[in-house]
Amino acid sequence: MNTYYDPADLGKFGNISQMQPELAEKFFDWYGAVFAEGALSQREKSLIALAVAHAVQCPYCIDAYTTDSLQKGASEQMMMEAVHVAAAIRGGASLVHGVQMMNKINDVTM
Amino acid sequence: MALATTSLQRRGSDLSSAQYQRGLLQASSGAVSLPTFQETLDGHGIGLLSPLSTEILQVNLGKMCNQACKHCHVDAGPDRTEIMSAVTMQHCLDAIDKGSFRTVDLTGGAPEMNPDFRWFVDELVCRGVNVMVRCNLTIIVANPKYHDLPTYYAQRNVHVVSSLPFYDASFTDRQRGGGVFDDSIKALRMLNDVGYGRAESGLILDLVYNPIGALLPGPQASLETEFKRNLADKYGVVFNNLHCITNMPISRFLEYLVNAGKYDSYMQTLVNAFNPSATHGVMCRSTISVGYDGQLYDCDFNQMLEMPVLCGSAHISQLNVPELNARTIATDRHCFGCTAGAGSSCGGQLT
Repeated sequence: MNTYYDPADLGKFGNISQMQPELAEKFFDWYGAVFAEGALSQREKSLIALAVAHAVQCPYCIDAYTTDSLQKGASEQMMMEAVHVAAAIRGGASLVHGVQMMNKINDVTM
Repeated sequence: MALATTSLQRRGSDLSSAQYQRGLLQASSGAVSLPTFQETLDGHGIGLLSPLSTEILQVNLGKMCNQACKHCHVDAGPDRTEIMSAVTMQHCLDAIDKGSFRTVDLTGGAPEMNPDFRWFVDELVCRGVNVMVRCNLTIIVANPKYHDLPTYYAQRNVHVVSSLPFYDASFTDRQRGGGVFDDSIKALRMLNDVGYGRAESGLILDLVYNPIGALLPGPQASLETEFKRNLADKYGVVFNNLHCITNMPISRFLEYLVNAGKYDSYMQTLVNAFNPSATHGVMCRSTISVGYDGQLYDCDFNQMLEMPVLCGSAHISQLNVPELNARTIATDRHCFGCTAGAGSSCGGQLT
């Protein structure tokens, strides 16, 4: 393998249970429950997952939740808006630290 | 309205041959070897598929259509001229008189383009069967002679079932052709105006969703909620039920899969998602499908692959219900489309 990421590995996610079955079982049960229809619809949860996938820049998650969002009836516009939400929070998270920088400037200067 | 594509037949494609398509489906897949459908049924102890009833007669009135959708399993389009004759329609009426059919499901192509369509519908209505028409919506606005179809259907309480793959123009037009979404919304408003989709009218307007690519459909109930919310909020359009149908690896969707290099992975997806409980309600167990030439099939998909019913009386003029009820349903790998995930039939999700 000449790359760190192989699309086929997404389908092998379940194999993580081979080395620690009890914890994997707890994780997959919880994961399934998280994405079940609840106070949020399955479509809303899928779009949140898509946004988070972009924030954490996980190629597996982007593949999985692009497909899942389409299957749950999200439109292209909704999906791109979700990516913008992720990008805005990432960008904002950097920029808001500008206040910390300004505080420090004030602290170290006359 | 711009066509999404032209027919495989017009383009002289190998895939316009049913025999070629069957060969492709039967060939062992490149990377991984797929089981046959029968092997999978046997593996789950289901055995051969047999009919439960002959309640629904699905009649294909022809391959002629004003649209040419990219995923069409009929390979229909404006360049197709094969349509059902009035003589064959009369054979269908005779079969209904002696058969056990309670519902007649009219499909195509665009069934309304058959010149004997209204005569046939009137004859069906006289016989008291439930009449269902698979109306592509855009036909209603395609030509002034079709503008009164909503009224015509309403007066006869015809159940209208219409394809709308998405609640926005982008995905709809990509699959069905430029301008199809806007025309579909116009037609839906005309249907709503005469009472279709409104609870108090009793006139049923169902929509059919199919995925916009090599994906399985999501849960029908949540997609229906999304469609209802978006169509009502943005366009003021209402409808009764959303039916989710899986794209079948036949004709133009098969062409897409092959050209996009997605054939193997899509077939693997269907096989992996095999759901034994979906085999109970598959439409072939309660439907007889009639081709434009009167040939009988287990379903519309077998019709397009030219796999007729496995019994002696295989033409509508020779309908023999006891013989049909005793037959074995013809299957092949395309059948994985109807048994994948929550299951799929012309009436939508099965489980």
